[in-house]
Amino acid sequence: MGETMLAPTPAPGPAAETMLPILDIRHVGKRFAFGGETITALSDASLRIERGEFICLIGPSGCGKSTLLRMVAGFETASEGQLLMWGKPVAGPGPDRGMVFQDYGLFPWLTVSQNIAFGPIARGRPKSEAAATARRFVEMVGLTRFADAYPHQLSGGMKQRVAIARVLANDAEVVLMDEPFGALDAMTRERLQEELLEIWAKARLSIIFVTHAIEEAILLADRVVVMSPGPGRIIADERIALPRPRDPTGVEFNALRRHLSGLLGSLH
Amino acid sequence: MTALAARLGSPRQALLAVAAPILGILAWHVATSGPGYHLIPPPWDVAVQWWDLAFGGIWDDLYSATLGTHALASVMRVYGGFALAALVALPMGMLIGRIPVVRDLLDPSLQILRPIPVTAWLPLAMIVFGIGPRSAFFLVFLGAFYPILLNTIFGVRSVEGRLFEAAAMLGVSRQAVFWKVVLPASLPSIFTGLRLGLGFAWVVIVVGEMTGVQTGLGAIIMEARQLSRTEIVISGMVTIGVLGFLSDRAVQLLGRRLLRWSPQHG
Ligand SMILES: Nc1ncnc2c1ncn2[C@@H]1O[C@H](COP(=O)(O)OP(=O)(O)OP(=O)(O)O)[C@@H](O)[C@H]1O
Ligand SMILES: [Mg+2]
Repeated sequence: MGETMLAPTPAPGPAAETMLPILDIRHVGKRFAFGGETITALSDASLRIERGEFICLIGPSGCGKSTLLRMVAGFETASEGQLLMWGKPVAGPGPDRGMVFQDYGLFPWLTVSQNIAFGPIARGRPKSEAAATARRFVEMVGLTRFADAYPHQLSGGMKQRVAIARVLANDAEVVLMDEPFGALDAMTRERLQEELLEIWAKARLSIIFVTHAIEEAILLADRVVVMSPGPGRIIADERIALPRPRDPTGVEFNALRRHLSGLLGSLH
Repeated sequence: MTALAARLGSPRQALLAVAAPILGILAWHVATSGPGYHLIPPPWDVAVQWWDLAFGGIWDDLYSATLGTHALASVMRVYGGFALAALVALPMGMLIGRIPVVRDLLDPSLQILRPIPVTAWLPLAMIVFGIGPRSAFFLVFLGAFYPILLNTIFGVRSVEGRLFEAAAMLGVSRQAVFWKVVLPASLPSIFTGLRLGLGFAWVVIVVGEMTGVQTGLGAIIMEARQLSRTEIVISGMVTIGVLGFLSDRAVQLLGRRLLRWSPQHG
């Protein structure tokens, strides 16, 4: 089942790409049974994401950001609507969509390089090839010195780097990040933001990045998607056309910040 | 280097560790050495008896130089019963922990059997297995079984949900999840169960060897009590304590090697 979804094999040509978005979220809704009641976590959400786009999702707590992300990952099924990747319905989790959890979700019994090699080995790659891949990505995220350390010996920022490296090493095309830097201090967060942008540009990744911070969204995204609660809906989809690297003190940056703050502020 | 030193403990720690036994022995000496006191022999008499029991050459009676035989018999029963308990309890615990049908089938019965102390099984064991080593073996098995079973169930049930998501997201198939996630994640609990189980096996061995076996530390303790050779009783007790301690240390060292990744064990 998962095999067919590993990758669009062979990678779709330019013609296919221009026709199909990598992700097509169509009128998706999600209801949860909670106690005796039904909670509508998300209602009629539609979003088209082209290959290589960096999307930031912002919105107040409880508006369904995590729920949407988890449906794209395949951890939850949609109550209505459709989620398509390269035109095919998402049916469960798979390595083509890598999730970076806020709490990392690393395997504590594996070292940094073993955590990164975990995906390739699980998918049947030879040990030596997986080890070489792991080495490359350990280096890419700057953890060479810690390749043999266990997760409990790492700082939060280092763990998050491992979590990112492990989905990249597994050939994820879509990277889903749920407040990945939320628990980190400001300096670590800034450095990881820069690194993420570098990796994103190099690997032609498509990223959906959930954040509470408006500034982080404007700094990173091609498009900022704003959601509102009760029930969760998408209320705005702003294209950020500023050239990178972006200057948070710039005039346009601040105009965008005011605009988005206004949108979010009007929700209360 | 520093890790090794930490494991062996600082001189201060070592000093504190031996302080209590030395005080205890001193108190024992003072309390039992007075004239006219005969119930419990003083430590020196026990030490002499222990030496004779281990190497002979002092009393040259029926017990001289037999400690090795008895200790070996007990060790074999402890490890044999423990190994059998592990062999049954580990797979059983994994099945109960992971498969709801098996849990519903077995868990209630096991919970009812659990509060029955090993000593209460003694008569039944003697009826079923007869008087002899098989009863002892069975009781040791029983003593080790529950700690291993319960900790294994706990371990495989309390794997963090996030790890299943991470594995699925990285392409682990349903069939592989057990080996790739459940088993390694529950190793610390399983290990705790094994360690407790082995400890209980040592606790139960004396009871087990009350079932009329000829050899074993429990056997000589019971026999010596009937002959009022209290020095031998205490020598046997001390030997069990030391062997149990050493075997726990060995298991702990093994655990530290295997579970280096776990902050609680590493
Ligand atoms: N498994 C679940 N069972 C019941 N209700 C759920 C479940 N998961 C989410 N919800 C509900 O769905 C709604 C949206 O939750 P979600 O976690 O997607 O919000 P969020 O936008 O990610 O919030 P936050 O910013 O606080 O992380 C909430 O009202 C939540 O209570
Ligand atoms: Mg959330």
